[in-house]
Amino acid sequence: MSAASTPLIEVRGLKTAFGTHVIHDGLNLEVRRGEIMGLVGGSGTGKSVLMNTMIGLKRPDAGEIFYNGRALGKMADSERARLESHWGVLFQGGALFSALTVRENVMAPMREHTDLPRSLMSELADMKIALTGLGPEAPTKFPSELSGGMKKRAGLARALALDPDVLFLDEPTAGLDPIGAAAFDSLIRELRDALGLTVFIVTHDLDTLFAICDRVAVLAEKRCVAVAPIDELLQNDHPWIREYFRGPRGRAATMAREG
Amino acid sequence: MSDVAAGLTIEEEGGRVVLVPTGDWIVDTIARFASDIARIDHDIDPGRVMIDLSGIDRIDTAGAYLLARPIHRARDGVTEQHFRGDHATARRLIQLVLEKAINSEPEIEDRRFGFIQAAARVGAGLESAWKEMIATFAFFGHAITSFASTSARPWRFRMTPIFAVMEVAGVNALPIIAVLSFFIGAVVAFMGANLLETFGASIFTVELVGIAVLREFGVLITAIMLAGRSDSAFTAAIGSMKMQQEIDAMRVLGIDPYEALVIPRIVACVIMAPLLTFAAMIAGIVGGLLVCWSALDISPQFFVTRIHDSVPIQNFWVGMSKAPVFGAIIAIIGCKQGLDVGGDVESLGRHVTASVVQSIFMVIIVDALFAMMYLELGI
Repeated sequence: MSAASTPLIEVRGLKTAFGTHVIHDGLNLEVRRGEIMGLVGGSGTGKSVLMNTMIGLKRPDAGEIFYNGRALGKMADSERARLESHWGVLFQGGALFSALTVRENVMAPMREHTDLPRSLMSELADMKIALTGLGPEAPTKFPSELSGGMKKRAGLARALALDPDVLFLDEPTAGLDPIGAAAFDSLIRELRDALGLTVFIVTHDLDTLFAICDRVAVLAEKRCVAVAPIDELLQNDHPWIREYFRGPRGRAATMAREG
Repeated sequence: MSDVAAGLTIEEEGGRVVLVPTGDWIVDTIARFASDIARIDHDIDPGRVMIDLSGIDRIDTAGAYLLARPIHRARDGVTEQHFRGDHATARRLIQLVLEKAINSEPEIEDRRFGFIQAAARVGAGLESAWKEMIATFAFFGHAITSFASTSARPWRFRMTPIFAVMEVAGVNALPIIAVLSFFIGAVVAFMGANLLETFGASIFTVELVGIAVLREFGVLITAIMLAGRSDSAFTAAIGSMKMQQEIDAMRVLGIDPYEALVIPRIVACVIMAPLLTFAAMIAGIVGGLLVCWSALDISPQFFVTRIHDSVPIQNFWVGMSKAPVFGAIIAIIGCKQGLDVGGDVESLGRHVTASVVQSIFMVIIVDALFAMMYLELGI
């Protein structure tokens, strides 16, 4: 599995600052092909900012993001567009287009990037919506008629619309009930196994970290202080990591896993 | 990773239909097989269909869905007998799609057009306009009682927002209102000068400008600008607070949104509308004065004297008396529409539009009522 361990995404020497407030400084991170990587960090450490920088929404103040060894900032527009059509992004609030129904939301990327017949697009959209666990009544609803958890699922369906190679998820299970969150986790893993997806998850959900993440990156002190499988992280001596995984909630999740 | 062209051959073998997909079966490549697959799905008993997986290169859920369609209605479920050949992920993906995805037929929308439907739309429109009117009156009443109860405890008036709104909606609107009114005054003077000259009565241009600007244009220009400029801002500001649940948060914290958001805007508009109207009147008269001076050789001194002598001061008071009423109408409609905004962006846009349209409409209707009233009173 040597191909699986070559980095698909590489963040090198990233610096992000808002005015004089420095969020990241000299941050390095590698996401390997086909892995599910979790990103954790305290509130305000810039997890979402890091994700936005990785998907090119925010320009880094220093450093560079590499995809397959190619620098994101130096790509030609056409190359960048092709790359972007192979990404799926789920934003925190779902970020659905409010003027479109759920089905039309999922169809939007297909209409933009493929020449599928309309009827097939709508069937595929319904299939993706069902895949994310929404009921048969969901496709014709508008985002304003959905609950927070349903919006997340619809957002995931849209992220999966073009069967992307890389999936970026920003707190996918926050606000879901535990049953829904577990189903979400298993769906992500199933898709990864079947499609060979690379998944990058920003999350606070310890259960997700334990259940599906191959490796977990810890964001603290403006950089990634550790990137390792969860079992190794549990042995890590960094005070924040110990607090995070050995605190009452972390212990509960660890115990649940060890049964 | 460039895509390998996809192919599909359909073979008959011992009473079974074998689909042999080849190449990449992914969302970018499968478009042209949709009709073939649909035909097989429609014509051939799913029990007879078999899929040969060995020729597939890459496959994604879209490709898997298309391949799964001819067999998804198989009576005894999708079993081993439907597949032939091996592929790393295809079987699993097809099973995943079959198991998770529902089989929903896209429903057909009811899109009949006819007399009945047209009548139904007119009826629904009228009914919602009627309901909207009742709701606006109810809001008006609520705002009045809320104002009365705040007046009983005057220290509850929120001075900071009142002054902030006065500045943003009033002072900042001054230049545009003055400029508009200046030009309206000038245009009225031009038209009057042209027309009255044919009767040899061009001196009456002064009266025309004076009465038109003082009685109607000064206050109307102000009201329409306030409606377009401030009213939409009120609706957008309160509406986005509503969308972010800020209004709910206020209620829970024991802050009355009427007291905190609506009253300051109404008070500020009622105070600022007459002041802006006054400025608009001055600007309009100056516009008329300059035109008279340049086109009719009526000197500014003479213009002013004539206005003093022949334009009764009632005209000024008629104009000024309408200003606070218009100010209140605009603020109330703006705030009402803002509080009506629902959860989505669409409704914010709809309510901002409604608020501007309704307030301009109401301003003109009320202006007509004022005109009739003053006519009856003989002022």
